[in-house]
Amino acid sequence: MAALLEVKNLGISFGGLRAVDDFEISIKKGQLYGLIGPNGAGKTTVFNLLTGVYKPDEGIITLDGENITGLKTIEINKAGIARTFQNIRLFKDLSVLDNVKVGLHNHYHYSTFEGILRLPKYYKMEKAMNEKAMELLKVFELDGEADFLAANLPYGKQRKLEIARALATEPKLLLLDEPAAGMNPNETMELMDTIRFVRDNFDMTILLIEHDMKLVSGICEELTVLNFGRILAQGQTSKVLNDPQVITAYLGE
Amino acid sequence: MKKRNISKNVKDNIITYGIVIVAYIVIQILISAGSLSSLMQGLLVPLCVYVILAVSLNLTVGILGELSLGHAGFMCVGAFTGAFFSRCMENVITIDLIRFILALIIGAVCAGVIGFLIGMPVLRLRGDYLAIVTLAFGEIIKNIVNVLYIGKDSRGFHFSMKDSISLGLETDGDVIINGAQGITGTPKDSNFTIGVILILITLFIVLNLIHSRDGRAIMSIRDNLIAAESIGINITKYKLMAFSISAALAGVAGVLYSHNLNSLMATPKNFGYNMSIMILVFVVLGGIGNIRGSIIAAVVLTLLPELLRGLSNYRMLIYAIVLIVMMLFNWSPKLIELRKRFSVKCLIGRSKEVQ
Repeated sequence: MAALLEVKNLGISFGGLRAVDDFEISIKKGQLYGLIGPNGAGKTTVFNLLTGVYKPDEGIITLDGENITGLKTIEINKAGIARTFQNIRLFKDLSVLDNVKVGLHNHYHYSTFEGILRLPKYYKMEKAMNEKAMELLKVFELDGEADFLAANLPYGKQRKLEIARALATEPKLLLLDEPAAGMNPNETMELMDTIRFVRDNFDMTILLIEHDMKLVSGICEELTVLNFGRILAQGQTSKVLNDPQVITAYLGE
Repeated sequence: MKKRNISKNVKDNIITYGIVIVAYIVIQILISAGSLSSLMQGLLVPLCVYVILAVSLNLTVGILGELSLGHAGFMCVGAFTGAFFSRCMENVITIDLIRFILALIIGAVCAGVIGFLIGMPVLRLRGDYLAIVTLAFGEIIKNIVNVLYIGKDSRGFHFSMKDSISLGLETDGDVIINGAQGITGTPKDSNFTIGVILILITLFIVLNLIHSRDGRAIMSIRDNLIAAESIGINITKYKLMAFSISAALAGVAGVLYSHNLNSLMATPKNFGYNMSIMILVFVVLGGIGNIRGSIIAAVVLTLLPELLRGLSNYRMLIYAIVLIVMMLFNWSPKLIELRKRFSVKCLIGRSKEVQ
C-alpha cells in the first residue's frame, strides 16, 4: 500500500543551528505513528515543517501523492493535515461549540451577505454546522459543555476539544503535539482510548509526539526517534524501544 | 443545547435593539412634551453619530482584537464624500431622502475602500505598532482633506491642492470643497429619526456578522492567530473584512454628521486623533467586544458634559470621576464578582430558592 505521508530528506537550519537534518518518514494510511526524542531534538520543528509554519531548506513532503512542500499553512490544512499544539491554543472567548464550528469553516459555505441578511441559506448551513459540531463533541463527551467558554473547560477537556476542532477540518492526517502533556495517569488512559477511537471511527492516520512512554508503547505501531535533529532509530515500536542506542540517548538505562 | 445557544444570542440582540427603540420613543415623547431644551435637541444627531462610531470601532477593537486609532479618519472620508455628493446633486435629485440614501452609500463605500487600502499594508502590524500607524493615517486623511480644492462649473469638475484660485473656475463656477474652509451649504438631510434608523442598521450588520461564519472566523483570529491559521482560516481576508466593514460604518456616521452641519470643516476637534481616542474611550468603557456597552457608554459620555453644564467649573472634574468609576465598574475583578452576586438574575434565582 502506498504511504499517505511520504517525507524525504527534510532539513532546516536556524542560523548556524541545524534543527532538523535528513529527516525521512513514511506513514501508511490508518497508522498510529509516534515521534519521540529528548527535549530539543526537533520534534515540534518537524511538525512545524509539515504544517507549513516553517519552510524547509530542502526535502520533499508528499501527502497522498500530492507535493505539499513549501505551501502555506492554510493550504496545507486544506490539503489534509490538521494539528494540535503542545501548549493548548483554543479560541478562549468562543464557546466550545463555536470552536468546533470554526474548524468546519471551509466545509460549509455561505457568503458574508447571506450571513448579515440572514437569508435561508444561513439558517440551513448553520443548522448543518451545529449538527455536525455536536456530533463531533459527542464523540469527545463534550456535548454537555457546548455552551461553555472554551477557557472555562478543565485541562483534559481542553485537549480533547483541540482534537475535535482539528478533526472538524476533515483532515487525512492528524498531528498531535504532546497530547498527554500535563495529564494524570487516568486522563492519559482515557486519552489513549480516545486516540484509538478516532483512528478507528474516523479512519484517521495519526502522527503524535509524546514523552509518556506508556502511551507511546501502548498505542503507536511504529516509531521514529529523533536526537539532535537526526533520526536515531526508526521502525516497529517494540524493536525501537529495545534498541540500545535509543536507550542510552533517550530512555536511560 | 443547540437551541439554547442560538436563542440566547437572539435574545441578547433583541434586548440591544429594544434599548435603542425605547430610548428613541422616550426622547420623542420628551420632545413633543416640550421638556427637552433646544440645546439637547441639537445634540441628538451627534449622539447617533457617536453611537454608530463606537459600535463600528468595537468591530475592530473588540471583535477583531486590533487597536485602531484612525477611526475619525474614516469618518472624515465618509463625511466629505457624502457631503460632496449631496452638494453636487442638490439640484439634480430633489427628493431629500433618496439623495441622502445615495450619499450614505457613497460615503460608506468610499470609507470602506480607503479602509481596505490602508488595511492591506497596515494590518500586518499588531498591537501598539498598529495603533500608531492607524493614528498617523487618520491624521494624514484629515490633512489631505484640508488642502483639497474641488470646484464645478459648466466645463465640469476642477481639482487642485494649492488654492481655490488655481482651480481656474468660470465666473459662475462653484467651489464645493474649499480647502480648510471645507464644504458649506450641505443640505440638512439628517435628523434624529434617520440617525436612530442608521444605528439600528449598524447594529443589524455588526451583530449578524458576529454571529455568522465570518464573525466566528474573525473572533478566532483575535483569540489565537496561529491556531486559526492551522485550521484553514484565511487571516488576511478576515482581518481586512472586519477592518473595511468597520471603516465603512464609520463612513456612514460621517455622512450623518456632515448632513447635520451647515459648514463642514476638517478640524483637529472633529476628525483629529482627539476624536479617535474619544471613540476608543467609548469602546473601552463600554466593554471591549460588548456592543451594547458601547452604545450606553457613547450616550452617557456624550450627554454628561452637557448635563453638567450648570456646574461650570466642576464639569470636567466630574466627567473625569465618572470615567474612572465606569472603568472600575466594568473592569475591576472585585466589582465584577460583586456585580455577578447582585445581578438581577441571581436575585430572582435566590428569591425562588427561598420560596
